[in-house]
Amino acid sequence: MLLIPCPFCGEREESEFHQGGEAHIVRPKDPDELSDAEWADYLFLRKNTKGLFLERWVHLHGCRRWFNMARNTATNEIIAVYKMGAQPPKAAINKPPKTAVDKPPKAVGKGAKK
Amino acid sequence: MQKYSIFSLIKNALAYHEGWEKVWRSPEPKSEYDVVIIGGGGHGLATAFYLAKEHGITNVAVIEKGWLGGGNTGRNTTIIRSNYLWDESAAMYEKSLQLYEGLSQELNFNIMLSQRGVLNLAHNLSDLREIERRVSANRLNGIDSEILNTQEIKEFVPIINDSPNSRYPVLGGSLQRRAGTARHDAVAWGFARGADTRGVDIIQQCEVTGIRQSRGKVTGVETTKGLIKAKKVGVVVAGHSSMLADMAGFRLPVNSYPLQALVSEPVKPVLDTVVMSNTVHVYVSQSDKGEMVLGAGIDGAHGYTQRGSLHVIEGQLGALCELFPIFSRLRMMRQWGGIVDTCPDASPIVGKTPIGGLFINCGWGTGGFKGTPGSGWAFAHTLATGEPHELNAPFNLDRFTTGALIDEHGAAAVAH
Ligand SMILES: Cc1cc2nc3c(=O)[nH]c(=O)nc-3n(C[C@H](O)[C@H](O)[C@H](O)COP(=O)(O)OP(=O)(O)OC[C@H]3O[C@@H](n4cnc5c(N)ncnc54)[C@H](O)[C@@H]3O)c2cc1C
Ligand SMILES: [Zn+2]
Repeated sequence: MLLIPCPFCGEREESEFHQGGEAHIVRPKDPDELSDAEWADYLFLRKNTKGLFLERWVHLHGCRRWFNMARNTATNEIIAVYKMGAQPPKAAINKPPKTAVDKPPKAVGKGAKK
Repeated sequence: MQKYSIFSLIKNALAYHEGWEKVWRSPEPKSEYDVVIIGGGGHGLATAFYLAKEHGITNVAVIEKGWLGGGNTGRNTTIIRSNYLWDESAAMYEKSLQLYEGLSQELNFNIMLSQRGVLNLAHNLSDLREIERRVSANRLNGIDSEILNTQEIKEFVPIINDSPNSRYPVLGGSLQRRAGTARHDAVAWGFARGADTRGVDIIQQCEVTGIRQSRGKVTGVETTKGLIKAKKVGVVVAGHSSMLADMAGFRLPVNSYPLQALVSEPVKPVLDTVVMSNTVHVYVSQSDKGEMVLGAGIDGAHGYTQRGSLHVIEGQLGALCELFPIFSRLRMMRQWGGIVDTCPDASPIVGKTPIGGLFINCGWGTGGFKGTPGSGWAFAHTLATGEPHELNAPFNLDRFTTGALIDEHGAAAVAH
């Protein structure tokens, strides 16, 4: 369970929140002009980064407000939260993640059997 | 290949089991192959097996960054069924189930297929309607599928809570009697042994780090063991598909999430079928060792940590105790996670990519163990001929542009 720092309420448990997928996807200005390929890109094609990922969250069972989060999907380290419409803070994004992306934590081992 | 039989067992028992051959070789990679398959999970190994067996293409390497079957293949809850709603999915999963039915013989390796039936429960009116629709669709496709009422379910699974006073009462369900479980490791090992015997090189502990291309065509893969050239490359890496697509320079509609499973302490046999519920969201079967094997939904957010969140498990255990009060004091022994590659329409992508000679097989998400043989069979055809088989043609990447989605979300009963 993540401990998520809501920019409006402070740290709360993940179960109060809902993730809304990749952040910064811009709604097409002129939908009538879009080709099928551009629609596919807007609707379906997504970043799915292992490492720094920019995503949207809503504090569903709290203040009900949306915000953005920068998180390392390989380690779950929360790097920054920032408001809707804002760009991710540069310092947070340029900083290398604490855990190397391809080294899973030690606890993940062979115990993965039925 | 050393054939496994009662006679080889007796012979080796008399020799103190010191004469068993290695099940597959561990060769160093050659500098070039006709086909390179990235990912040594069940789907990659099945692809290599059918390439060799059905198409006579044996100059093939399977490149695995960890160990064989160490991805989702060795982490799943092993449920196999073919009662999917749409014709395209029904054809694919039924082909897979039929291959499973002959697989132990075909591979000379006991995959422990147990056709104990899979029961999907309904807890409200819309569940019942969904099930009615799906069972009818299944029957039109020649797939065995039937509807049970509450009383029939109670007779079939005596330990289930059939009280009309539960929060989510059991109102009925669909049953596919040919469905069931199989041993996941054995599926990977059996395919690996069959492929290796036919000349396929299985290279473990070797990670693909780049896709070499020239003029829009693939020419090879960069790996931690150096450059390996290939005329054709198949990407079969499940949760890491987007990473490989990034390397090759195209985009996928795939999102990766942790999915967890857990097993209890072993107990005496009490459950001889697989019970799944979409609405309260849990599914459970009992392993031959006596453990309850259970799973449920994906985590709420993207991730590559192979563990998952505790509150997701709390939810599914609540559902379990509601359905089976007898399990309320069962202790859970182990828990783990895998990274599942989900698609927007909950159907896989098996076919071409925008890059010539580069093919992809991914998006099986939370339910691809059951698809392993069928997927490998169809993908082998695609790699061998350069074109999809009619079985996997609808599962192309283009469907997200054309709009011909195969929406198996609610329709597939539950995600597995
Ligand atoms: C907890 C859990 C429960 C599940 N339950 C069921 C179920 O009951 N029924 C069902 O049908 N399905 C189930 N599934 C889904 C099923 O496990 C998968 O769909 C299926 O096993 C995928 O097989 P695969 O061979 O495509 O992937 P994997 O077995 O994950 O194999 C992919 C391989 O690619 C390797 N790889 C990745 N990147 C690279 C690289 N760069 N270079 C080299 N190798 C690489 C990985 O190490 C891995 O071994 C479940 C999944 C999970 C996680
Ligand atoms: Zn808040």
